[in-house]
Amino acid sequence: MFGSPAGRPGTRPGEKSDAETDAMTDHILQMRGITKTFPGVKALQDVNLAVRRGEIHAICGENGAGKSTLMKVLSGVYPHGTYEGEIHFDGEPCRFSGIRDSERHGIVIIHQELALSPYLSIAENIFLGNERTRRGLIDWNRTNAEAAALLERVGLRENPVTAAMDIGVGKQQLVEIAKALSKKVRLLILDEPTAALNDEDSAHLLNLLRGLRDEGITSVIISHKLNEIAAVADSTTIIRDGRTIETLDMRADHVTEDRIISGMVGRDLEHRYPPHEPTIGEEVLRIEDWTVHSPVQHDRAVVSGAGLTLRRGEIVGLAGLMGAGRTELAMSLFGRSYGVDVSGRVYKDGREIRIGSVREAIAHGIAYATEDRKRYGLNLIEDIKRNVSAAALKKLAKGGWINGNEEHEVADGFRASMNIKAPSVSSITGQLSGGNQQKVVLSKWIFTDPDVLILDEPTRGIDVGAKYEIYTIINELADQGKAILVISSELPELLGLCDRIYAMSAGRITGELPRAEATQERLMQFMTREKE
Amino acid sequence: MTSVEKASVETLPGGGSPPPPAAKASAGRFSVNLRQSGIYIAFALIIVLFSILTEGELLSPQNISNIMVQNSYILVLAIGMILIIIAGHIDLSVGSVVALSGAISAVLMVEMDVAWPLALLITLIAGALIGAWQGYWVAYFGIPAFIVTLAGMLVFRALTLTVLGNQGIGPFPDEVRTLSNGFVEGYLGNVGLGPLGGADLITLLVGLAAVAAIVGSQWRARQGRIGYRQPVDSPLLFALKMAAASAVVLVVIVQLARFKNLPWVLVLLAFLVVGYTLVTNRAVFGRHIYAIGGNLHAARLSGINVKSVTFWLFVNMGVLSAIAGIIFAGRLNQAGPTAGNSFELDAIAAAFIGGAAVQGGVGKVVGAITGGLIMAVINNGMSLIGAPSEQVMLFKGLVLLAAVALDVWAKRRAGAQAG
Repeated sequence: MFGSPAGRPGTRPGEKSDAETDAMTDHILQMRGITKTFPGVKALQDVNLAVRRGEIHAICGENGAGKSTLMKVLSGVYPHGTYEGEIHFDGEPCRFSGIRDSERHGIVIIHQELALSPYLSIAENIFLGNERTRRGLIDWNRTNAEAAALLERVGLRENPVTAAMDIGVGKQQLVEIAKALSKKVRLLILDEPTAALNDEDSAHLLNLLRGLRDEGITSVIISHKLNEIAAVADSTTIIRDGRTIETLDMRADHVTEDRIISGMVGRDLEHRYPPHEPTIGEEVLRIEDWTVHSPVQHDRAVVSGAGLTLRRGEIVGLAGLMGAGRTELAMSLFGRSYGVDVSGRVYKDGREIRIGSVREAIAHGIAYATEDRKRYGLNLIEDIKRNVSAAALKKLAKGGWINGNEEHEVADGFRASMNIKAPSVSSITGQLSGGNQQKVVLSKWIFTDPDVLILDEPTRGIDVGAKYEIYTIINELADQGKAILVISSELPELLGLCDRIYAMSAGRITGELPRAEATQERLMQFMTREKE
Repeated sequence: MTSVEKASVETLPGGGSPPPPAAKASAGRFSVNLRQSGIYIAFALIIVLFSILTEGELLSPQNISNIMVQNSYILVLAIGMILIIIAGHIDLSVGSVVALSGAISAVLMVEMDVAWPLALLITLIAGALIGAWQGYWVAYFGIPAFIVTLAGMLVFRALTLTVLGNQGIGPFPDEVRTLSNGFVEGYLGNVGLGPLGGADLITLLVGLAAVAAIVGSQWRARQGRIGYRQPVDSPLLFALKMAAASAVVLVVIVQLARFKNLPWVLVLLAFLVVGYTLVTNRAVFGRHIYAIGGNLHAARLSGINVKSVTFWLFVNMGVLSAIAGIIFAGRLNQAGPTAGNSFELDAIAAAFIGGAAVQGGVGKVVGAITGGLIMAVINNGMSLIGAPSEQVMLFKGLVLLAAVALDVWAKRRAGAQAG
């Protein structure tokens, strides 16, 4: 169904010999057979990428498909030797030892999280690590003059001595590009450059990229915004599950957004999900008109006017791309653990409740298992039993004193029922595999005896076998009458697991589909829908 | 003693080859114990070293008593400091708080003639208020403890000078002096211990009671674990451990009984150590301290009231600093403007030598006490052999660095194994 498109033969990388390919098109960059392994996970598998000189090349893929990893390999963040495969830049084989090394070759990456130093001026930021000096001292006149020239090139009308924190995110993005230009960039990599920008800033940025292309600067842009890609990119490479799927020539193929979506999701659902017959009861939790503002930019609504309903025994999915506001929605609901200016109404069992702290959320029977279990979920230097008991220590204590034996017993019960593979509940959680750590997190929240379980990326970084176990546990929890909200970036996972799926985009709930009507294509349309 | 411990450690993991799960688990527990017990082995080695260097003088009845009494206030501070460090904070102001609380008690008792029990109570409350002040800024206002307590170090020293009018105030009532410097009355007289000479009966009885309490509570804990079908040490290993612990307590007690009676500060210290060990091991509050230091975000997302726990930790530190201040002033029989100078450094060093982790989440009350005693023995032993003070400082500094280096190294190795 998603077979080879009518792509130009030369743009399918890795099929022809080097000489042949190079002869047919002028490639500034070729990455061949890139494989990158993290402990327990293959992030990239035999990935190929060929970028023509002077084009804007988009890379598309779902969250976790491996786009950012690929760019980190390219820019030397993961130095030569930590991956397999080869990189040819401008016809030369390259073995980058670090970011500075790749920058010397003219490859500059601009990360999603901007790396400006907030208290330094625009000019100082542009020449950070690359200072304009005279006899060992900074030449301020030259610094500011050259900075002003660069700012004009990127179309930013700001005084170079303004502090970086005093300009908006969109302008900061332009400063990053000016910084790249100061390094004599030849290949500019932008990771989700417009994710945090408003429409006007986005349009300006894309125009700037076109202008740079005309000056001969090649760009690689990672983006979720398919309309932008369709508008600006000359070629698009689609990555899925750490593999290259295809490269589309955007000028020749008349590629539509739907065409890209089908490449991004094209994957059949094998028997990776345990069968489940839901018994759905009455409503347990309903939120209405939920709005959350960013703690760093108080005027930006990360979630706006969202509403959803969870019912007893039902597994509900929440789909969305990076930055859609899913985690922010969940965490703000969970005792206002995220965001400022949180507004909206929450109903539990039909009655409106107020949740001001995590403690109150737990008391109301709400549990939230975080997407980043190492940073936010577990105390990695403690053992299993102390992690399992952490959120409901009161149940094990009398008058402030913990019954350690009871704690051991409870944790051992979870070890057996959840099949946590560890010699004992006194094993340190930091030394468990990802799947077993996730089971500890789930145990911790199940022990709080919740009515509503919010599971944020419950299978991230977990191998396939453990995923199946987690799915089974989730099904069992639903059968016990708990309402479950699963946030996941893997659409097949949502389709295989959930009874009903909401889609989010740019802070809004853009769609809701029952299992029978949900397809990856339809969800992806909702997930990429911009503001109406 | 050390050779016995070493031998058993070496044989156990290697020896248990065929039977899989039980042997594996116990070997794992033992290697963990080895890492934690490194500090106790080091302590034993240092004692042996200085016993040899001082030709036994180190462990003489009077010297043991001296070490305890001279360092009691640092040990009291170390108890509070380890809790703060476990939570991932630091307190640089304790030396100044010691001086200020000594000054307050002196003004109350000496200049205002307040009855000594009331004066002590007021001083402890003042300590709590000082702690609450710092706890507020750290926990609720969100200023790093390093800054808040650095400011406190200056502010409370300044207040000390103001209260004292820049001069020493004394002398203290006899009761307070006895508390900090004196000994329990020998109500029951002495008994003969053969070649060891006479010893105070009360002290010996207290020692026996302590041994009985240690063994009894450990036995009950073991029975409880058996009741829950949890793994326990084999009876032989349990008996050996209990025998070793009893022997250490009895040796110290007998030596103290031979010199004079029990120092009051030792009684106080024993209560504090037992109490705070219980709090850290078994209380919800104690568990929350470890949770906060181990992973602040996870603790917050588990519904732990991080701010409140942090606040009360500093209140607690203030009270313990006041206790230390009273003991110190009572011992010198004078509250002086320079009292407690650099005590914070000794208390922090004790906590880190005793196994606290730099980034928090790890540490034990008994470890901090041991760390404090290691420094005390180094101080005492080196002065007994007549080493100049710069050598003492040098040695203490290197021991501190080595202890933390060991911790960092062990963690890096563990991290390399895991990932």
